Amino acid sequence: MLRDPRLHALARFAGLLGVALAVFAAVLLVFGKNPLRAYVDIFAGTLGSSYGFSETLVKMIPLVLAALAVAVPARIWLINVGGEGQLFVGALSATWAAIHLPGLPGWLLLPAMAALGFVGGGLWAALAGALRARGWVSETIATLLMNYVAILLVNFFVFGPWKDPEGVNYPQTAEFPAGALLPTLGGTRVHLGLLFALVATAVFAFVLARTRWGLEMRAIGGNAEAARRAGISITRYVVLLMFVGGGLAGLAGMAEVSAIQGRLRPSLSPGYGYSGFLISWLAGGSPAGIVAASFVLAVIVAGGDILQMTQELPGSVVNILMSVVLFVVLGRQGAGR
Amino acid sequence: MTRTLSTIATVLTLVAGVATAGAAEPFKVGVVHLGSVTDGGYNQAHADGIQAMKKSLPDVEVIQVENVPEGADAERVMENMIKRGARVIFAASFGYLEPAMRVAQKYPDVKFFHPGGYKRTPNMTTYWASTPEAFYLMGMAAGKTTKTNKVGYIVALPISFFLANVNAFELGARSVNPNVETRVVFTGTFLDPGKEAAAANALLEQGCDVLGVIVDSPITVVQTAEKRGAYSVGFHSLGVSKFAPKGFVTGVAFTWGTLYTRLVREVMDGKFKSQDILGSLRDDFLTLAPFGPAVPADVSKLVDAKTREFIAGAAHPFQGPLKDNRGAERVKSGEVFPLADLRKMDWLVEGVVGQPR
Repeated sequence: MLRDPRLHALARFAGLLGVALAVFAAVLLVFGKNPLRAYVDIFAGTLGSSYGFSETLVKMIPLVLAALAVAVPARIWLINVGGEGQLFVGALSATWAAIHLPGLPGWLLLPAMAALGFVGGGLWAALAGALRARGWVSETIATLLMNYVAILLVNFFVFGPWKDPEGVNYPQTAEFPAGALLPTLGGTRVHLGLLFALVATAVFAFVLARTRWGLEMRAIGGNAEAARRAGISITRYVVLLMFVGGGLAGLAGMAEVSAIQGRLRPSLSPGYGYSGFLISWLAGGSPAGIVAASFVLAVIVAGGDILQMTQELPGSVVNILMSVVLFVVLGRQGAGR
Repeated sequence: MTRTLSTIATVLTLVAGVATAGAAEPFKVGVVHLGSVTDGGYNQAHADGIQAMKKSLPDVEVIQVENVPEGADAERVMENMIKRGARVIFAASFGYLEPAMRVAQKYPDVKFFHPGGYKRTPNMTTYWASTPEAFYLMGMAAGKTTKTNKVGYIVALPISFFLANVNAFELGARSVNPNVETRVVFTGTFLDPGKEAAAANALLEQGCDVLGVIVDSPITVVQTAEKRGAYSVGFHSLGVSKFAPKGFVTGVAFTWGTLYTRLVREVMDGKFKSQDILGSLRDDFLTLAPFGPAVPADVSKLVDAKTREFIAGAAHPFQGPLKDNRGAERVKSGEVFPLADLRKMDWLVEGVVGQPR
């Protein structure tokens, strides 16, 4: 039954998740709570209603994009820790269009914002890629440090030239015009960003499995020296894959400002970029795995709020659950290799 | 798999629902916190107020969630509370204003309370307390306590209300000690213990011997000052004084208990109305913490006298003439900067070292 390696991987992931949930159940028992009741609450609150499910999707959108931002360059062993910064720069460049082209109709403005978000985040990452391709700076260090620069850059604009004159000096831009807001699905908050995430995942899977690029990426990932001798330009792939990865994170930033916040503010992301890094590693970089792991993480985060409401557990409990999952899954995967 | 899970979950919910039906439905109040309710500061002040409210209104059931970021999560948590029967929501962070307004428009029968908001919906009340007078009093206490005549202030953001607090503090300190200088450092965020500790240490290195703080949790700054033998001024919650048994000067705290009790009771009695509540030293939800052991004995008499003047309206924290710290005149002699206009204050007063950006 499990001859398909993908099914096997999924079963393995589900099994490990079960172990993690069992460990967390022990933690809940220590707190004097009924673990069964707690898990029922989590599932009922996140998946047991159309509303809960829609909110899980909302939470998944930036996670999937931020995880792809890591998984794409990781194909050739580039470590992009800069998803958070690329997300901020994407949000920043998309906001530029919302502020300076407010008269445009939505069907023009939104694609412009998405394109700018992608290019902004992409260039931010490509810079680190170029430094790496030249052999000057490790992309791990460069992307990590550039996160702080990106966040300060956003701060500069929202504290300074773009500050909302109506906002009692609070660091945020004015509200976006209606044409700059991504449409949502029915009465929910699920927005067009879901399509970005799904299309990006599908394209990534397709490129990997069915194209020459996918083949060359596998060649570089397998043995860079052999690939070089076979005439593949590694420099080009390093810069390009960093650009695409950063672009996807930038798209996540664009979707958050356009659909969720409706304006640019410094508290734009509760660490989506870093969560994306974890998700990509949890999923071993596989496109389907990324969707599955994002889904699990979204349920855990939303479920943590539910646990606080129904079980009166402190907010930090969700961090325990999250770290148990990471510990078990990553620890086991490491051992299996 | 998703569908199976959701079916299982639905069935279990139904079973649980049947099991609990029959008991009288309590009046539920939802509270959303940005940070930890044990932060000794902003969040704890709200949580303590809610606890006090619950004590005086035993029929109320509280649904409380902490550590909720201001983005996509805030709306989800509020809606989940409403779906669990909450009829009142306290959206206890400034950045929840717009998420709360969106949810409020979706659920017109639920009443919302937001601290510090500058706009409202028909089912939302905003509330806060004007703090410059209290900061003026703290400045007096600190001005009498400092030996180096240098006070450091660690402030989250250069927003107008915080600039006004620092200005009032400096003016209060100067009123008892004309040589006091206040140095401000902005950390750019409401919670970053690393940056707060770095700023506190830097200010102490520069010779400050009193540290004040306007961030969500004053614990880091107060502890750093205590560890290095300096004095500290608290903010938000009375609970922070225990972190500085020797060096604590005083601190203004929001004691929301009676206000929250009144607000929730009004909703229960059907007497809610959308309004903007702005309290001051006259109200019981703004309290000055008891002075610490390092504060000279005559200070409490001085501060009490000034408090009475403020309450009677006989004194004003921003009494002209006032210059900003670049030398420009901001308030003419004989005039005052009205407390109602605080959101326009974008300058730092003479004697404050720092940039209002």
